[in-house]
Amino acid sequence: MKLTLKALTKSIWVFHAACSPCNNCDIEILDLLTPRYDVERFGIVLASSIRHADALLVTGFPNYKTAKKIKYLYEQMPKPGVVIAIGTCACGGNFFRDSYSFVKPLDEIIPVNAYIPGCPPKPEAMIMGVVKLIKALKAKNK
Amino acid sequence: MGEFQVEDKKKQTIIPIGPYHPLQEEAEYFKLYVEGEKVTKLDIELGYQHRGIEKLCETRHFDQVVFLVERICGICSCSHPFAHVNAVEDLCGVDVPIRAKYIRCIIAELERLHSHLLWLGLAGHFLGYNTVWMWAWKYREPVLDICEFITGNRNHYAMFKIGGVRQDIDNNDIPQINKMCDDLIPALDMFKGAVMDDPVIHARTKGVGILTKQEAIDYCVVGPTARASGVDIDVRRDDPCAAYPLVDWKVIVTPNGDVFDKVVVRVLEMYESVKIIKGCLEGLKKEPKGEIDAKVKSFPPGEGIGHYEAPRGEVFHYVLSDGANRPARYKVRAPSYMNIPSNQVACTRGTISDAAITLAAVDPCYCCTERSAVLDEKTNKKIFGWEDLLRLSQEKTERIKKRIPLNPPFVPTEPTSVKGEY
Repeated sequence: MKLTLKALTKSIWVFHAACSPCNNCDIEILDLLTPRYDVERFGIVLASSIRHADALLVTGFPNYKTAKKIKYLYEQMPKPGVVIAIGTCACGGNFFRDSYSFVKPLDEIIPVNAYIPGCPPKPEAMIMGVVKLIKALKAKNK
Repeated sequence: MGEFQVEDKKKQTIIPIGPYHPLQEEAEYFKLYVEGEKVTKLDIELGYQHRGIEKLCETRHFDQVVFLVERICGICSCSHPFAHVNAVEDLCGVDVPIRAKYIRCIIAELERLHSHLLWLGLAGHFLGYNTVWMWAWKYREPVLDICEFITGNRNHYAMFKIGGVRQDIDNNDIPQINKMCDDLIPALDMFKGAVMDDPVIHARTKGVGILTKQEAIDYCVVGPTARASGVDIDVRRDDPCAAYPLVDWKVIVTPNGDVFDKVVVRVLEMYESVKIIKGCLEGLKKEPKGEIDAKVKSFPPGEGIGHYEAPRGEVFHYVLSDGANRPARYKVRAPSYMNIPSNQVACTRGTISDAAITLAAVDPCYCCTERSAVLDEKTNKKIFGWEDLLRLSQEKTERIKKRIPLNPPFVPTEPTSVKGEY
């Protein structure tokens, strides 16, 4: 069992990067940290820099201005780390895939570990996605 | 913002905020030009969230556009469809059933409640006062519960439809919604008491980021930003739509124009929102169960405008139809487009430590506001400048005019040359 992977499954610090969302997924992510859902009890904290984070939460689809930036952010993330695509836009582009500012799907730019669809996904769905991701990481680590 | 796009040759300290800054939930980039502690100039770089929605609207039919404009912004996800249906109903000339009017107002005011609570929380977060953030967002949850109860979703309600609403509110549910609204009042009282008497909030917001009444008029700011500066404007009252003339409420205006007044306006507006919701529920009770949809069948050629008071100010939609089932041109002007430039005066009077809260005080929403420009990568010059865009839009108007005859025919006046800032 690799120690770094084992450590990754405990108290994930997240960094939230908005590609070009409508803000709703971002609001729901922040909602997770506030008293009703309170994911801080699992040790999930919003990190202020990507260099301190274990997980990169991406919302929205990559457009011409953010596609390079999101790749740059991913390269700065300490490895091993996970990327979670939150919302239908990040998962597949929603109906913005026909837009002139759509570059390519997120998972063709950076590797994505978990997809949480929904417009916006409910906070419960996000918690479930993270739980499933941790289970998958643990199974891989055995 | 044009004059700030020219870089100064002389040495100056620039403090960047963004594009991915821990305080901001959206990607945007501010350059603060500072001399010591004082902010002397401000430059804003946008475009990180540009999605080309106006162009996409031309590829969808009218019923789909409602869902598309809903996704312009997640926080005002009811104001944009509201302005859109106003615009299209202006185009078609349909009259909305009274029940649909009440339901529209209820959803719109619920959205205002959750948006103001969200802003209050984020303002606390920006001040480094996370207790306010947690409290405000805790009491935002019951509002979202009401939204979920009525529409089935916490955000992106998909309630609006051209000519009416998609879902009815069952009259048996009204007592429960009423009770849920009553439960919000103690929380609002707590905010009014605790936040308004809090010494920390007073110290950080009183006299900070002042926008005087004259400046507010000069910069054409809208919504709570204007009302906090003593400009008495509100689209809901000035150009009444839906059920707003049928219920009793008032517009909140405060004179000082600092960040504290912006807090006050928003907190007091929440009481008015609850009042409007309760008034609308009373109205729904009186109205018999029945029509919620005017059943619009076709869209005539012509143009329509619609506006509505979003939580951030006036949102304006323009639709041009050529008689097909999709808009020939769609135009959106979000309130933040007017409010963000006012930071140039509000921000440059203060210090760096006040910059974050002053920038946030207009409740900016960048994903509503995004515009794009095309640059030549080698020379870093704009390919389409102001004159080019003006010429292109005039040419397009000419083309559309040929396709759609105006009635009565429009007599063109002498074209005046507009010298742009760019």
